[in-house]
Amino acid sequence: MNFEFSEEQNLLREQTRGFLKDFCSPKVVRASLEANGPFNQELWRKVAEMGWTSTIIPEEYDGLGLSYLELSVIADELGRAMAPLPFSSSVYLATEAILAQGSKAQKEAWLPKLASGELIATFAMAETHGQASPKNLTTTVTGDKIHGTKTPVPDGDYADLAIVVAQSSKGDGASWYLVDLTQSEIQRAQVRTLDPSRSHAQIDFNGASAELMGTDGGGWTATQNLLNRAAVLFAWEQVGGSDAALEMAKEYALGRYAFGRPIASYQAIKHKLAEMYVRNTLARSNCYYGAWALNTNASELPIAAATARVSAIQAYYFAAKENIQTHGGMGFTWEFDCQFHYRRSKILAVNVGSERQWQDKLITAIEQTSAA
Amino acid sequence: MDFNDSKEEATFRNEAREWLVANAPTATDLAGLDDMGQAKLWQKRKADAGWACIRWPKEYGGRGANAMEQVILSQEEAKVKAPNTGFFSIGQGMAAPTMMTWASEDQKKQYLPKLASGENIWCQLFSEPAGGSDLAALRTRGVRDGDEWVVNGQKIWTSGAQYSDFGILVLRTDPNVAKHQGLSYFFLDMKSPGVEIKPIKQISGASGFNEVYFTDVRIPDAQRLGEVGQGWQVALTTLMNERASIGGGGGGAGFEQIMKLAQRLNIDDKPAIEDKQVRANLANWYVRQSGLKYTGYRSMTALSRGEIPGPENSIGKLVGAPLTQDLASFAIDLMDQAGILWSPESAELEDIFQSAYMSIPGLRIAGGTDEIMANIIAERVLGLPQDVRVDKGIPFSEVPTGN
Repeated sequence: MNFEFSEEQNLLREQTRGFLKDFCSPKVVRASLEANGPFNQELWRKVAEMGWTSTIIPEEYDGLGLSYLELSVIADELGRAMAPLPFSSSVYLATEAILAQGSKAQKEAWLPKLASGELIATFAMAETHGQASPKNLTTTVTGDKIHGTKTPVPDGDYADLAIVVAQSSKGDGASWYLVDLTQSEIQRAQVRTLDPSRSHAQIDFNGASAELMGTDGGGWTATQNLLNRAAVLFAWEQVGGSDAALEMAKEYALGRYAFGRPIASYQAIKHKLAEMYVRNTLARSNCYYGAWALNTNASELPIAAATARVSAIQAYYFAAKENIQTHGGMGFTWEFDCQFHYRRSKILAVNVGSERQWQDKLITAIEQTSAA
Repeated sequence: MDFNDSKEEATFRNEAREWLVANAPTATDLAGLDDMGQAKLWQKRKADAGWACIRWPKEYGGRGANAMEQVILSQEEAKVKAPNTGFFSIGQGMAAPTMMTWASEDQKKQYLPKLASGENIWCQLFSEPAGGSDLAALRTRGVRDGDEWVVNGQKIWTSGAQYSDFGILVLRTDPNVAKHQGLSYFFLDMKSPGVEIKPIKQISGASGFNEVYFTDVRIPDAQRLGEVGQGWQVALTTLMNERASIGGGGGGAGFEQIMKLAQRLNIDDKPAIEDKQVRANLANWYVRQSGLKYTGYRSMTALSRGEIPGPENSIGKLVGAPLTQDLASFAIDLMDQAGILWSPESAELEDIFQSAYMSIPGLRIAGGTDEIMANIIAERVLGLPQDVRVDKGIPFSEVPTGN
């Protein structure tokens, strides 16, 4: 049995944590929150210099060619630090999408720039409230011109490139298009969201040029596969955040006195924090399973991804809200940092599809496995 | 990251598997034996070949194996159809490690091999009507009389007392010092005069536990483990091993079973599994069960690397028991009005959900209540302070008591 990270990977964790402690303190997160984004460009440059954006990109495209286990470690630490960066959009979604469906030319054109961090890309799927499906997509491509509106697009206000899910009359009813977001036809504006430390935008495409990526009519299947992969990495960010929220609640409870003793000595608080620990531990162990499945391209990936995703959503929501509760009155003030976790946990919980959607996907994947 | 054995582990697994397959009792071997007889036959056969209590040193009946090898052997034994040897688990899992740490060399040589071979069964006499979660509040008195101790009082929740040969027990030997200081630890012959055992009937209908009454029972002082007044410290050795040995299982009622049930039953004229609320509930139980499984794999990895597992494994019972309770309750609801039927012939999937529903309340109490387990996580894992204690620093005889 070898169900743990290696010594080298643990060393990477130490380095990553140390780096983020130095350059991505809660003050840095607060600065992004209060400035209403966009992202922290200086931090992005440093992160790219560390090679994090190139982790899983193969060496032939100027990447490091490391494994998803290394990327999991980085995601865990980015989540813990609540880094105000477009990392999930550019790395877990756009890079993964191009690796999965890009032609050789598309890979050559974009992957080296994504690896170096000079290019930021995103994945544009949602158009309105409710769950997206091929039936309700209204974004269309005629010839090579794209029309329609996507919102909210994570990091869409400053990303250079988007992979856009558009309607198709063929196959599964959707296709993927690469769209250069710097084209003059495109109008985009930041939208107000629950977590201003992570920018989101509305994008109107207005007949801008678009290039098909992958099969016309294969975009919905490709989306599901992409979301399974991204869900594992999102889950790692979520458990990183969950652990940080627990530590925050613990430190406060130890230092805060009421009725002559630390509130951490009251069972109501102790049991609350123990429950956080339990949920975090279950979610983290499920993330190990997800990382293993992602890294080995196991047939169980749909089950492992949904399992990690559902438990990580639940763990982070619980830790974030009960961290505020443990802090009492100060917990819901602007001055305190508890709000960061409360905001970020909800952004991460819906960014690649909400809890109920993943609960359903999990049971579907289990049904398919047992039928096979 | 993988799920594979190391080279040494694979070799050990093959060796264990070959022996188990070749030696697991046949139907002929077991014919005419009751559960206990079958368990004793299998345990003796394992012990004779060096496959019992393999982590113990050879001179006490073991094999000197490591923790990972124990895990592998258990996995392989679960695959062969062998008798259930649960009768021996308290003696081997709790009494033996305590003897190993605190008994004399002669006592270890005398008692441990017979524990390993299943020849002797041991029970644990700790809890009392006035000492449950607050175990150290126990009141059963031990009074010294020359080379013996005279015991009077009552123990409760003693599993297997009715068929045990020996028992480990903690007594109050000095009520005039602080609670934890006045205890001493002994083992005794369960056939001693003055020991009376009465079964406790549980809501599940089973009687796995007993009350044990002591009336002027005499125990030789040579059967004391640790110094007089050191009983709490000795008891901690036992309790640390108890936490490791009580799991959260619910008699086979888990995700796989409720999934099967939901595929089989109809609600609203279609399979229950198509209902979104059913799917969401099932998903929640799946991810918790999966989280426990992979937490176990992480602990096993630590064992495999020769390390001590982290505190993450302490969540097993706290997660497993309430999970099974909720799952069983929901399964009964899915059966709707017929869900109350409780017999293997009349209930869906025999009666695993009804049986689990009635037995889990006990599991949420045994070996540390959910609340005590949460305290343990809060204090030992997270490092939070203990609650204020009004019984500290005063003689036990002056500690306030209720009913």
